[in-house]
Amino acid sequence: MVSFQYVVKDEQGIHARPAGLLVKAIAGLSSKVTIKKGEKAANGKMILAVMSLSVKCGEEITVEVEGDNAEADAATVKTFLEENL
Amino acid sequence: MKRLEGKVVFSGIAIGKISIMKKENQSVRRWKVDDIEAEKARVDEAKEQAIGELKKLYEKAVQEVGESGAAIFEVHQMMLEDEGYLESIDNIIETESVNAEYAVASTADNFAAMFSAMEDEYMSARAADIKDISERVIRVLMGKGESGLDGNEPVIVVAEDLAPSETVQLDKSKVLAFVTKYGSSNSHTAILARTMNIPALINVGYGEEIDGKMGIVDGKEGILIVEPDEEVLERYRAAKEEELKKKEMLKELKGKPTVTKSGREMKLYANIGSISDVATVLQNDAGGIGLFRSEFVYLEKSDYPTEEEQFQIYKQVAQNMAGKKVIIRTLDIGADKQVDYFNMDKEENPAMGYRAIRICLDRTEIFKTQLRALFRASAYGKISIMYPMIISVKEVKQIKAIVAEIKAGLDREGIPYGDVEQGIMIETPAAAMISDLLAKEVDFFSIGTNDLTQYTLAIDRQNAKLDNIYDSHHEAVLRMIQMVVDNAHKEGIWAGICGELGADMTLTEKFVKMGVDELSVSPTFILPIRKIIREME
Repeated sequence: MVSFQYVVKDEQGIHARPAGLLVKAIAGLSSKVTIKKGEKAANGKMILAVMSLSVKCGEEITVEVEGDNAEADAATVKTFLEENL
Repeated sequence: MKRLEGKVVFSGIAIGKISIMKKENQSVRRWKVDDIEAEKARVDEAKEQAIGELKKLYEKAVQEVGESGAAIFEVHQMMLEDEGYLESIDNIIETESVNAEYAVASTADNFAAMFSAMEDEYMSARAADIKDISERVIRVLMGKGESGLDGNEPVIVVAEDLAPSETVQLDKSKVLAFVTKYGSSNSHTAILARTMNIPALINVGYGEEIDGKMGIVDGKEGILIVEPDEEVLERYRAAKEEELKKKEMLKELKGKPTVTKSGREMKLYANIGSISDVATVLQNDAGGIGLFRSEFVYLEKSDYPTEEEQFQIYKQVAQNMAGKKVIIRTLDIGADKQVDYFNMDKEENPAMGYRAIRICLDRTEIFKTQLRALFRASAYGKISIMYPMIISVKEVKQIKAIVAEIKAGLDREGIPYGDVEQGIMIETPAAAMISDLLAKEVDFFSIGTNDLTQYTLAIDRQNAKLDNIYDSHHEAVLRMIQMVVDNAHKEGIWAGICGELGADMTLTEKFVKMGVDELSVSPTFILPIRKIIREME
């Protein structure tokens, strides 16, 4: 498993539309991606779960990537986060 | 005649028949099923059809309100494909052996409850999205078509609440206004109503008996008048007529550049005093906001507004103006504008007293909070900052030192900010006289003619006895304006007017000839002044 931390910089946080984009990006990956905020965890491929984390600007999330292609997929998610959120 | 009060989402007047939109049979029956797999297949089929409908709705919304307004329907599609949502439906069917409609309804309730329990206001509003998509699936399961308006006559649409999908689905040529019992001014429907220019009221408590009756929506006062008497009707018809005339002018001048026949361009911006004015600014097609009086941020509070509170407001304005310039004037209280929690001493002559930048440079913590909020917000649009009541170069240097400190702090924390133009108000004779020196220090000048006139003529504007000698066209003031404009141009910066004189249409031509680069006026003056300038040689 590969994991990394990320602090959300988008002022909107991970709200409806950004959440949609994030889930779209993750849906295309073969790995299982889990997004955690504090105690709460969400399957990165499920928009309602991701939205329900209610991640706001400045909050830190932990992204866990599991699978054969974890290394590369984690990099993809990280790049997406840096460019969009 | 009955008057029902509500909250304005989008202003305008509508006169016509009231039509209450009733949600079709929302009660979902529960029954046992034997073939669980068949029931799951029904959900799957209904989901696919619902997604197909949402795709069409998205296309329609893109046409009507543009891509960003339509984006919600894309998110709705994703929600319908959410594994957690679908799994929950399947689970309920399996464990309870119940019909698909019931499983969808209770899944919707669970998710909606989860979202509405969230503290985040935006997220709790998403509960409505879940209900909306679920109702669509249930409707498909029940084999019903999409709802709409009956009849051919345009009506005032009244409903408990309108989901974004319902708003877009309606045939706009048949909608005179929207009136709802619930909803918030941040809801998608409110946003859509604004984009579509349809008068809309929310929080109107109404009874079923108003259905089919004659009504007037007054989107200025925020009232729905039911069965108006002839006199009221006549008054509103006249107001409506006036509104239409204005709209005609708007159409004619909207989107046109503010330029004279010989090609000289004037920047025509708007003055605003609260965030709700932004809609009017956009409606009147201002090139930007030339004076955003940030005082209201303080006046509306009972204690100092926090950096975050201010940031949210500035950011919202910057975003709503979508890349157009927003010039925000830093705190200008004192004189006639007093705020209790500032605990200021009573003064003999407050107009010449402890006010505006003088307070900011003395109580720097208040100033710093505002500056940080402004710089942070500048990452979200084109924000410029303007400092009021300047009398010396020294003040400008002090401000610059504080700004440098703020920027360094943001850099350290990795918080982004934009390229912020910084200018000053020229509203004291002192500033006008040394405008050559000040021009070397700042990016622009904005002439505040109200104060400049009162200080130059030594006439208190509040004193009615002096009205007969108060001359807003006094040669001394006009010469100062000319001097300020010339000194600005020598240093390659621009100069505008944001005082009341800017909207004086008898002077517009003169200002153009004087070389004034920008006029910032009340939103309603934008188009009439544009007309004058476009007709000039």
